[in-house]
Amino acid sequence: MIRLDSLTKVFDTPKGAVVAADHIDMEVPEGEICVLLGPSGCGKTTTLKMINRIVKPTSGKVFINGDDTTGLDTQTLRRNIGYVIQQIGLFPNMTIEENITIVPKLLGWDKAKYKARAREMMAMIALEPDAFLKRFPSELSGGQQQRIGVARALAADPPVMLMDEPFGAIDPINRAVIQDEFLKMQQALNKTIMFVSHDIDEAIKMGDRVAVFREGKLVQYSTPDDLLAAPKNAFVESFLGEDRALKRLNLVKVREIVTDEIGTVTPSDTLETALAKIDNYGYQNAILMVNDRKQPAGIVSRSVARTTKGYCRDHFQTVPAVVGLDDDLRKAASLMFAHDQTWLPCVNDEGTVCGQITQRAMTSHLGARYRARQGDDRTPSPAIKE
Amino acid sequence: MPIRSMRGALKALVLVAIFFAGVWSQSSGVIDDFIWYLPDVQYLAVQHIWLTLMSGSLAILVAIPLGIVLSRPSMARVAESLMQILNVGTTIPTLAVLALSMSFLGIGTVPAVFGLFVATLLPITRNTYAGLKGVNPALMEAAAGIGMSPMQRLFKVELPNALYVIFAGMRTALTINVGTVPLAFLIGAGGLGELIFTGIDLYDPVMMLSGAIPTALLAIVVDALIATIAFLVVPRGVNPGRA
Repeated sequence: MIRLDSLTKVFDTPKGAVVAADHIDMEVPEGEICVLLGPSGCGKTTTLKMINRIVKPTSGKVFINGDDTTGLDTQTLRRNIGYVIQQIGLFPNMTIEENITIVPKLLGWDKAKYKARAREMMAMIALEPDAFLKRFPSELSGGQQQRIGVARALAADPPVMLMDEPFGAIDPINRAVIQDEFLKMQQALNKTIMFVSHDIDEAIKMGDRVAVFREGKLVQYSTPDDLLAAPKNAFVESFLGEDRALKRLNLVKVREIVTDEIGTVTPSDTLETALAKIDNYGYQNAILMVNDRKQPAGIVSRSVARTTKGYCRDHFQTVPAVVGLDDDLRKAASLMFAHDQTWLPCVNDEGTVCGQITQRAMTSHLGARYRARQGDDRTPSPAIKE
Repeated sequence: MPIRSMRGALKALVLVAIFFAGVWSQSSGVIDDFIWYLPDVQYLAVQHIWLTLMSGSLAILVAIPLGIVLSRPSMARVAESLMQILNVGTTIPTLAVLALSMSFLGIGTVPAVFGLFVATLLPITRNTYAGLKGVNPALMEAAAGIGMSPMQRLFKVELPNALYVIFAGMRTALTINVGTVPLAFLIGAGGLGELIFTGIDLYDPVMMLSGAIPTALLAIVVDALIATIAFLVVPRGVNPGRA
């Protein structure tokens, strides 16, 4: 857990005092990733760097796992905080192994232990230990270097990590891969992480919580979904972008809005039965046909069912697309658009049909929060009014 | 093809020229004249090397710590102006430095070593300072953020990364040092300068060259030696020679 208590930084510049961070109060619960988000110069990096005292706080306190760090000596404090920076900062004079083991060495681990740890870390970041440990940073690609950067920060297993735009210098394709890898690692590691970003999409993807900064002040601190659904003021709203409802698609899983109720036919049903079911369930165009293991086998369209006689098995079309329960709505929406569908069958891990997702359900889910918020606005509350 | 054959022709020409130069020098007795100076060359070369060793190692011992101290953040205010003073100092001709040190310390080895020391000090200090200041700030932030103490940062991060530049400074400084030692003869410290200056005075080219050629060879050897040490000592990841 990281708790900031009224953390403030004032820089004395020739033009006068500049308040880079103004009484920041926030708490990141254990095992969560908190993304500090905002335009450049908003104080997010300053706030992050005050935690490990790269920037000395003017006033205020930092608590880690409930303990006040003010009295702790700087080196001890830093050795117990993983630190990843945008420029990666691997030491070019050291091998990958030396880079990874540097904090364990500083903490006085014995050789066998830190050597084993280096191999363990390499396995964690999916790089072959024998191929990489003896190489130098300059021999690695940017993406590989930043993986090593993350491994170095994690080597001594610190409870807390600070990441300053860690994936900012990596090309978009590799960045997405590294982000996914990192999230996967985090599921197992359960670190408390503060993460600076200026990229709203990254913040939504990585953060359990997002803290939006502006001119040294913490403007809004909430979950990504709350942030997108209910931005606190015009600044947050404009920073999130006009397509913020679409961004929420990333955050909602199919599982959350799937309806169990789905009418299906089997290959041995007649087209008459199919037409009756289509009408019963109120479907407009077609009905799903499943095989005996309840897997999607095809769709029978209404027009065929109405005009033809025979069995479903002879008159079906291929299923345009299915979605899994753990896919996000973005994928579902994309598939719907691509195949010109208003609904998609959902399958579980075994591939059996377990419900359907409709465009209506998606839009009403995304719209619910906006409508709720508009409801709030009618009863003026000073906190939201701005 | 034409270029290759041109080069071949040139090589052949050079070999022929060397051959005839050898024939000429043997027949005219120049080689015997040089051999006559050999004992002198040996004695003076040892003196020469000692002067370089003493002044050079003294300079390294002082210059590197000085460069390190100047590069510390706490020295930032004075460091730049001090470096400027050192830069101005570099422009004073070595002969003038030797003359000055003679007027304080008299003649002989001591003032010569002191003068050479001053002349060698500056390039090494400058390169040490520049090398350490040139270390990527991101590395320094990473080192600090990881929890290294200032000393650990200096020895594990800053110095290894600045080492190549520091060695470049030593290489320049010591090569110049070897080439400057002949001037030490003028204040009575010996060295190969004895043959060079006496040869000039007596208008005896063979004597002069017996001093000049070994001096040049020594300079080349020192340069190669330091380059080799740098190659071996500078960590592989930051060593352009071993990339």
